[in-house]
Amino acid sequence: MSETVIKCESVYKIFGQNAKKMLEESNGNVDAKTFQEKGCIVGVNNASFEVAKGEMLVVMGLSGSGKSTLLRCISRLTDATGGKIFIEGQDLLELNNKELIELRRNKMGMVFQSFALLPHKTVVENIAFPLQIKGTNTEESIGRAMEMVKLVGLDGRENYFPRELSGGQQQRVGIARSLAVEPDIWFLDEPFSALDPLIRKEMQDEFLRLQEKLQKTIMFITHDFDEALKLADRIAIMKDGIIEQLDTPANIVLNPATEYVRKFTEEVPREKVLIIEDVMDASSKDNLGDLKVSKDEIIENVAEKILTQEKLVGVVDSNNNIVGSIKPSKIIDTVFGGRKNGS
Amino acid sequence: MEYLKKYPKLFQWLFLLIVFFALCFAIDVPETYKFIRGQAEFVKDPNQSVYFFLGKEVRYYAFDVFWRLPPLLGWLPIWINDSLFFLMNEWMPMEFWNEDTQEFKTRPLLLQISRNLTAFMTFLIELIREILLGGLETIVAFTSWDFIDAYPWLELPGLPWTIVAAGAAILSYKLSGKGLALFAGLTMIYISIFGQWKPSMQTLSFILVAAPLSFIFGLGLGIAAYKSKRVEKALYPILLVMQTMPQYAVLVPALVLFGVGDHAAVIITMVVAVPPMILLTILGLRAIPPEVIEAGRMSGCTNWQLMLKVLIPTARRDILIGVNQVIMVCFSMAVISAFIGAKGLGFNLLLALNQLNIGLALEAGLCISLIAILLDKMSLAWANKQTDYFGNLTFFQRNKNVIFFAASFVIGIILAYVGTFIFKGNFNYLFEIPHNKGISTADFWNKGVDWIFDTFFVYIKAFNTWLIQDVLQPMRALYLRMPAVATLVLAVGAGYLIGGIRSALVVAALTLFIALSPWWDRALVTLYMATFGVIISCLIGFTVGTLCFQNKKSAAFMLGVCDIFQTFPSFVYLIPVMMLFGITDTSVLIAVIVYATIPATRYTIEGLRSVPVGLHEAATMSGVNKFQRLTKIEFPLAFPHMMLGLNQTIVFALFMVIIGAFIGTEDLGQYILKALSDKNGAGIGLTLGICVAFIGLIFDNLIRTWVGKRKKHLGIN
Repeated sequence: MSETVIKCESVYKIFGQNAKKMLEESNGNVDAKTFQEKGCIVGVNNASFEVAKGEMLVVMGLSGSGKSTLLRCISRLTDATGGKIFIEGQDLLELNNKELIELRRNKMGMVFQSFALLPHKTVVENIAFPLQIKGTNTEESIGRAMEMVKLVGLDGRENYFPRELSGGQQQRVGIARSLAVEPDIWFLDEPFSALDPLIRKEMQDEFLRLQEKLQKTIMFITHDFDEALKLADRIAIMKDGIIEQLDTPANIVLNPATEYVRKFTEEVPREKVLIIEDVMDASSKDNLGDLKVSKDEIIENVAEKILTQEKLVGVVDSNNNIVGSIKPSKIIDTVFGGRKNGS
Repeated sequence: MEYLKKYPKLFQWLFLLIVFFALCFAIDVPETYKFIRGQAEFVKDPNQSVYFFLGKEVRYYAFDVFWRLPPLLGWLPIWINDSLFFLMNEWMPMEFWNEDTQEFKTRPLLLQISRNLTAFMTFLIELIREILLGGLETIVAFTSWDFIDAYPWLELPGLPWTIVAAGAAILSYKLSGKGLALFAGLTMIYISIFGQWKPSMQTLSFILVAAPLSFIFGLGLGIAAYKSKRVEKALYPILLVMQTMPQYAVLVPALVLFGVGDHAAVIITMVVAVPPMILLTILGLRAIPPEVIEAGRMSGCTNWQLMLKVLIPTARRDILIGVNQVIMVCFSMAVISAFIGAKGLGFNLLLALNQLNIGLALEAGLCISLIAILLDKMSLAWANKQTDYFGNLTFFQRNKNVIFFAASFVIGIILAYVGTFIFKGNFNYLFEIPHNKGISTADFWNKGVDWIFDTFFVYIKAFNTWLIQDVLQPMRALYLRMPAVATLVLAVGAGYLIGGIRSALVVAALTLFIALSPWWDRALVTLYMATFGVIISCLIGFTVGTLCFQNKKSAAFMLGVCDIFQTFPSFVYLIPVMMLFGITDTSVLIAVIVYATIPATRYTIEGLRSVPVGLHEAATMSGVNKFQRLTKIEFPLAFPHMMLGLNQTIVFALFMVIIGAFIGTEDLGQYILKALSDKNGAGIGLTLGICVAFIGLIFDNLIRTWVGKRKKHLGIN
């Protein structure tokens, strides 16, 4: 694995008076119920994970699961009650105010669910805002902001006020603003949740296009499992402040770790989520038929081709080397059968 | 029995009213009781009772305690007065360096602070005044008299009115556009050709000091309260009292602390104008969505940047309402503080009103109102201004406003110079049109008033007599007939029924304070006038508001009218009514009604507007007609907001009733006015002010508690 950018070690966030003391007394064994009886609410419970450079970690959970709180701990919008958080090796909780501001000015960008645009500034002023806060002069910051306006496809609307834009357009401004300082780390807090389904899909595609180009390290919060599957390199599923499972989309779909996770995976159209590599048999590479498919293909796209074959179908990587094979019946198995026990 | 279960509140209220009336009938009017006319307290009547407390002698007419409570707080005003005197003249004497005499001098601390503050304010006002009108005092502050004597040409000439007019128009154009520029230009021209230039500029210089200072202090304290709960808790009771305290009442203590003149006026104005600014700042900051604050933090804002670039601009709407309030209060005070020797339009207005020269008063009043509206619109436009980054402008386009101003500056000076040849040995009309030398329409108005009076005298007189004899006098008698204990029971009972024990206790404390002060009778008279005004205002306001709401355009128009009317200084309302009804209670009451109708109308429209569109549609689909929709859906939902309007209406009415003392009423206001000319009036004025404020607070507490509960019940916020 490449360089780690974000690293969390047993992060806790507990709201309420005496939270810190109670956490110390519990020795890391935090039970939400007993805490609640004493007037404390557990937001994040023992979260440990790493995010590598250029990776997109999607944190998925229903409302109240603590996913936004986790994000706010990592961006230090709230201080974690316990645990350690490292950003590029720097201990986040040890930073003083000035260092934190420097970090945010240069390394972090964040997109918000309700867009959080400044109502008194135009599109271009909103985007230029983080630059101007840094002290970049007007000409340069506005010039840079105009580039961002073009990047998110809002040309011609740079002098509009947020109130004059649709939700999708406002979120484009939010995205552009978060990218204006060219951050390495990109936090997105349910950025598409407030949008209509069609716009949401469009924005997701656009988001993937941007990420392909920019290769940021991303933490993406969502309550939409399909969105998580579509975007994520890895998904963390949270419930009541606890990370239930953290894995690649394919593994989550194929091997749900808990009953709670399984409930999400049940309705998932696997053929749309899984790629050939997830279901191929890497051990047998002989007796292949004529058809070869790429290991990165989504099953849905090649299922019809594979199903017409009688022999084993060869799976190749990008260099056309054979890396495994797949039985046509395996496709049917994956899509229709064995919901309960995965692969 | 079933009814009793269904409407328990209704029966509780009925019970309360029955108890109240029973008490009223059970407690007889003592034979010796009569309404004490003014001046009575100076007569040493052997029938009076006397008690001593803290060494202060309090004389009063004793009645049955059920009828009127004895003025157990009668010592308070005297005590406040003495304490103030002690603080000012004896407390903490310290050595201070005196520049003039070059030696140390012993002075009480507070006196020194007051003197320094006074000097600072005077300097600011004079500085602006000299730029606008000419003079040399402030130059002296930087140099010395000797220096000035040696170079007489150093005296700063005032700007010719042409330049100020052009400047105002250009500034307005830059801020907003042609409309405002035209308005600014016309206002300035009106002011100068009607010979109001000098007083207007005096008033303006007063406003230009008072308004920005009030804004800065209000904003600063508002931010402090937003950041720290402790500051908020400390400020809250003061804000509450100041909100319902009549502006008049603050004058008297300020007189003691700061003396007479413009500087004192500025300080009082700040005392009055800062509280609403604080409240609105807190309100605005509280309403900011948390994500916007987080967005600011994530953009790497320092605390300062967050406050200046994110929080304050985002809370702009409420803060601007605050600015509007500040300007409103400043102009209002510009008139009222004429009582303590502030120069300017207010002084002329008061003088004209005193001489019953309605025409002159009208012109001065119009001047104040125009300047008020102009400043209000300009500050609004300034806050909403946008920067254009992309316009590829030439040097001329970018700097055209500066160039135009420079040009008009030169032209103005040339004109003024030319004027010295044209109007030789006379007044130079192109430089400044002196007071009373401009055009005046006063005669026209006065004749108009005379004509109206002559023509309609019979009708006006008849109406007046009817109103006073058949409505006002009986109403007043009824109010005075209420025994103190019955009133207390009514107030406390209402408090309990609306807000439980807590409200009951608050209301009881506030009422008791008034009942134990020496002015219970006066408070009842104040209350009767305010009630009368409020009832009529609400009837008009709710009706007009409801009618205007039926159509989007008329609603917007009405709100605009309310805005403009609200900008008028309260004193201005007295002019037209005095024109018609002379010096009677009717005049005061009509002014009260006009003034208090503004919030009633505004809140009705706003309340009806806030009813969600979805509900409208749901109602329409249920097949209701317009009238049903109004009565079944819109009124119940808008009612809490309309009640807040009632709250404002009461405050406005109380203010106007107190100001009405100027015309001559027999309420608390009359005593406040009297305290102004009393050497020992500070304590009396302050206590009276607190009494009025408490009347307002009783209603404020009841209404707010009720509205809070009702809104919770309806699930609206």
